[in-house]
Amino acid sequence: MRKLLASTAVALLALTAGAHAEGKLSIYHWFEYIPQELLDKFAEEYDVEVTMDTFDSNEALLASLKAGKLGSYDVAVPGDYMVKIMRDEGMLDTFEASELPNFGNIEDRWVDVEFDPGRKSSIPYQWGSTSFSVNKVLYKGELDSLSLIFDAPEELKGKINVLDTAGETLTLASLYLGIPQCTSDREHLKELNALVQKAKADWASFGSDVAKDVLVSGDAAAGMIWSGFSAKARSEGANIEYVFPKEGMIVWMDNVVLLKDAPNRENALKFMNFLLEPENAAAVTNYAQYTAGVKGVGEFLKPEVANSPESNPPADQKGVFVEACPQDVQVLYDAIWTNLKK
Amino acid sequence: MAAGAPVGAGGTSHIYQGSGWKLLAPSWIIIGIFLLAPVVMMAVYSFLTKEFRGGVIWEFSLDAYDQFFFDRGLFGDEPPTLEWTYIGIFWRSIWQAGLATITCLLIGFPTAWFIATRNPESRSIWLFLVTIPYWVNLLIRTVSMKFLIRDTGPLNEFLLALHVIEEPLGLINTNFAVQLGLFYSYLPFMVLPIYAAVERYDFSLSEAAADLYAGTWTILWLVILPVVRPGIIAGCILVFVPSLGAFLAPDLLGGAKTFMIGSLIEEQFKGNAGNWPFGAAASMILLTIVMCVLLVYARNQNKAEVR
Repeated sequence: MRKLLASTAVALLALTAGAHAEGKLSIYHWFEYIPQELLDKFAEEYDVEVTMDTFDSNEALLASLKAGKLGSYDVAVPGDYMVKIMRDEGMLDTFEASELPNFGNIEDRWVDVEFDPGRKSSIPYQWGSTSFSVNKVLYKGELDSLSLIFDAPEELKGKINVLDTAGETLTLASLYLGIPQCTSDREHLKELNALVQKAKADWASFGSDVAKDVLVSGDAAAGMIWSGFSAKARSEGANIEYVFPKEGMIVWMDNVVLLKDAPNRENALKFMNFLLEPENAAAVTNYAQYTAGVKGVGEFLKPEVANSPESNPPADQKGVFVEACPQDVQVLYDAIWTNLKK
Repeated sequence: MAAGAPVGAGGTSHIYQGSGWKLLAPSWIIIGIFLLAPVVMMAVYSFLTKEFRGGVIWEFSLDAYDQFFFDRGLFGDEPPTLEWTYIGIFWRSIWQAGLATITCLLIGFPTAWFIATRNPESRSIWLFLVTIPYWVNLLIRTVSMKFLIRDTGPLNEFLLALHVIEEPLGLINTNFAVQLGLFYSYLPFMVLPIYAAVERYDFSLSEAAADLYAGTWTILWLVILPVVRPGIIAGCILVFVPSLGAFLAPDLLGGAKTFMIGSLIEEQFKGNAGNWPFGAAASMILLTIVMCVLLVYARNQNKAEVR
């Protein structure tokens, strides 16, 4: 027995030694957001073994890191407000601009962002918008307002999918009502609560990862969706149009962050630098169909991606970032969401 | 689960006498690490203070249970009344799981009976057929079910083509779809224990009853059911308990429009709420309900054995 234990221990030591060997990179990323070929290219160029796990919402990312996964990943890809939350929680490591030779490739307007001033811990990955798409065969009316989701016309009733994340759905509802985000004004919150309660009667389903699928299959005639996901649905045969609502839409940016206690910090920085190479940023854009925040990607983009209606909003389109609410306000929004799904 | 056959006290071969604890040690270690420790952790967490956006602060608090049972209005400053939200979610889940159990029983019992009354060679083929779907992951089976019954799926296309229906049936995103998903997922859990019980049934008992002028229903109620009852109860528990915590079927087939116990708890850990103590408290309450069901079962079993 003792012999067996000893040999097991030796085997385990060998395994852990292997795990700490040079040449590894562990990524925590959104689902369906990076082409495998790009990961392979990085792995080959830098002789690094790449592993990737995926999540389906910013909150799921945070929960998983809080539950003890911090220290096992090198980089993650949170959205704008989640970068701020993770920074406040002390989950991010910092780097110097000089550590990334391609730092200068970041588009100027994305360098000094509110959620990470001066880009100390993050680089842009992709940015896009959250709005909704409508099946043009089933609905022929004007496509310009969030009322199609929150006060649905007869043709769309019972055929609407909304994103299953409180942040995005309640923010779009707030835009429709014209009330500020993270408000603690009681009348505003009651109004918001009443709106979503009433609108729910016309909704068929809540789902984020299925948002594209329900539009392609025809299960839903209208659905909240991210811009690039809608472009993908269109290229998969859905006869839909992505709507730029007059009340405004959500703008977001996903960012590659350097995680605290990253086991392979060097490779993480190599990977971030690699993603700032215009050709590689363009490869992500060509795949995910959002927009890169990197200079010089133009020549590498497929024309249908560069010119996609989803990525080219009208010049005067209003857009807001989702705000991270303070605790005493967040509980009110949580209560509205639970109330909606009870 | 085994009915009858007294194995317990004194039945164990004397070769193993005294070495019982050594043989049991691996099981106890596994149970201790992977069952008791998480449950204790959950119980402790449910009495801690929540940290904003997930996590706990190590201070005793009854807030999680208070939130479950008392409603203080949207803004938390009204006098407390009984909170129906979570009780409602629990009730819906119990109702769904109960209905799925009854459906599984109504279909599963005749199925098990049919298999157990075939000749021994074909029995194994039938059992094999029942277990085949289990070679595929539950998630994939649930998604496939969604593809089948969606408005543009093969079922509706087929019926439309035959002009049996003029409009798609609109099955997806309904409670019916959830029931279908639960039924399909857990039917074998009902069939297999009932089969095991029926297989041991001595069919000469039915003949004897018939000779004594018992009708078909009387035989079923008074002769067959008491014998196969342990199998039925085992099947019901095996279907009810996982159905209670199921969230794949409600999310994928029911459209995630309403929380079930499983999705409510998931939301506390993965969602915006990030309220771990509340998630732990809801889990503890669920655990208590399941324990009560099992205790009632155990008591009935004991009574049956005493008789």
